[in-house]
Amino acid sequence: MLCVQSIEKKRFYMSIQFNEQQMTECKRLVARYPEGKQKSALLPVLHLAQESFDGWLSTETMDYVASVLSIEPIEVYEVASFYSMYNLKPVGQFVFEVCQTGPCMISGSDNIITYIQQQLDIKPGETTKDGIFTLKLVECLGACGYAPMMQVGKIYKEHLTKEKVDAIITEYRSQAAAKN
Amino acid sequence: MGVKLLLDKAHVPGIRTYDVYRREGGYRSVEKALKEMNPESIVEEVKKSGLRGRGGAGFPAGMKWSFIAKPEGVPRHLVCNADESEPGTFKDRYLMEFLPHLLLEGLIVSSFALGSNDTYIYIRGEYAWITDILEEAIKEAHANGWLGKNILGTGFDCAIHVQRGAGAYICGEETALIESLEGNRGNPRIKPPFPAIQGVWQRPTVVNNVETLASIGPIINMGGDEYAKIGVGRSTGTKLISACGNINKPGVYEIDMTISVEDFIYSDEFCGGIANGKKLKACIPGGSSVPILPANLLLKTAKGETRYMNYESLSDGGFATGSMMGSGGFIVLDEDQCIVKNTYTLARFYRHESCGQCSPCREGTGWMEKILQKIETGKGSMSDIDLLWDIQRKIEGNTICPLGDAAAWPVAAAIRHFRDEFEWHINNPDLSQTSNFGLQHYADPIHVPA
Repeated sequence: MLCVQSIEKKRFYMSIQFNEQQMTECKRLVARYPEGKQKSALLPVLHLAQESFDGWLSTETMDYVASVLSIEPIEVYEVASFYSMYNLKPVGQFVFEVCQTGPCMISGSDNIITYIQQQLDIKPGETTKDGIFTLKLVECLGACGYAPMMQVGKIYKEHLTKEKVDAIITEYRSQAAAKN
Repeated sequence: MGVKLLLDKAHVPGIRTYDVYRREGGYRSVEKALKEMNPESIVEEVKKSGLRGRGGAGFPAGMKWSFIAKPEGVPRHLVCNADESEPGTFKDRYLMEFLPHLLLEGLIVSSFALGSNDTYIYIRGEYAWITDILEEAIKEAHANGWLGKNILGTGFDCAIHVQRGAGAYICGEETALIESLEGNRGNPRIKPPFPAIQGVWQRPTVVNNVETLASIGPIINMGGDEYAKIGVGRSTGTKLISACGNINKPGVYEIDMTISVEDFIYSDEFCGGIANGKKLKACIPGGSSVPILPANLLLKTAKGETRYMNYESLSDGGFATGSMMGSGGFIVLDEDQCIVKNTYTLARFYRHESCGQCSPCREGTGWMEKILQKIETGKGSMSDIDLLWDIQRKIEGNTICPLGDAAAWPVAAAIRHFRDEFEWHINNPDLSQTSNFGLQHYADPIHVPA
């Protein structure tokens, strides 16, 4: 049994691996904690892994993170499944995370959510057929005074209107086209 | 114009950078604290200032510091709680985004007072760009000798590290934050032991909110006694209020806690009145967890006295007729807002954010969401209101951490003050889907018993 596991693990490591630059960043993150407390770096290292490997955390990726931090895979799974920012399924190139909590709701987030659904022709949790956009509904992101709002990657898009949503979709479509 | 201690320099161009911040008098408190004071006298100044924790609980910061255990040979840690996630609250974000060095200044002084050589800022994961701003500011502080080994030649070493969370409201609770900092799920710990005895990695730890720590610099500069003269009663100093909802000027404001709620909402210096010429219906004055108040009880207490923006006045009347200062997340609802729907979205928020450790919270938040959704979509029955009341009562006080209370209070207050709106929804299942209950009597003058 042990033997099978280690063979499988070896296979995973071959496909999922930090490049040199990512590994340097990973080491910097681990170094912030006391000796032997490298597990503390798990959240930041998972962010790094998600950014490095297609925007989501596959079992392979999580196993790899476990090996990097010398902890058990289960310790990674239980953390990855607890926090809402980790995607455990593949997502589109750009994820629209639209806030729907009280303050955004009273400022009109319902209309914005409906409008985005119509424009992208997907429901919350779905990805467009071309793989460019994923729509997620999220709870309060701390932008209540600038509502309605959504997060795309590292960026907050605030004071949303239908016109702004149109412009944002166009902006990311052209970014995706430039990449491909 | 009231006193401003935190945001007085917020509009100076380039204040985010070290050079401008220093030129404007920044880091003076570090010089004073490290060269002229010792840890005990710093804690004493903070005690004198009367500064209360700005994260929501309002516990005296100096007293919290004095609880920290100092066992021989065991490192101690200061952790800055930047996991701002309470709906309606976005003040810490403003501080960190525009005045990162003000926070660092407070952190260095506080680290010296507490004996923390490795201090951590735990920031909510969504504030990714602010993490970059903080890291940049830390680099600058390092390069200029305010961080690192032997700061100002005093022999004090200090490093500040920023750790991003990953999307969990519960990590704003200090023991959940500590768990998360250790790389675990954000499940709150049972207290005691308190973090001051056994915190991160079982070491003595103090966890303070961003705004609390940013206030330390001004306190050291002006002295605790002077700071305590600002404000009123036990509400000393200045407080940041993040105002949002149906107002003309949403944003972050610094108040000295002597201003009335009415002035805060209607004066042009602050919220600038209700947007689109509408009328005020209700307000959640301290972040989504605190009780919602109808317009009449918000502006005046049950005794008919003016209500002020401070800890004591906002909680005047207890939960029966008052609310709380909380985190300072000030959410204003106009006459077109539906209290049932608002309460439903908050219940959904708490169900989503419950860590699942305690049954009353895990199960109760789910049931409250379902029942509120039923009422909101016109499928409720009269007994649902009593059922909701019963569930919230069974959650409150029966959980390890305050998330249970935080989930119960908004539901309880909505039923307490807006029961007729819930009944209207149930009696008018079709009408309630196309129109709403409106202002009704919620802004009428309250009857004050003689």
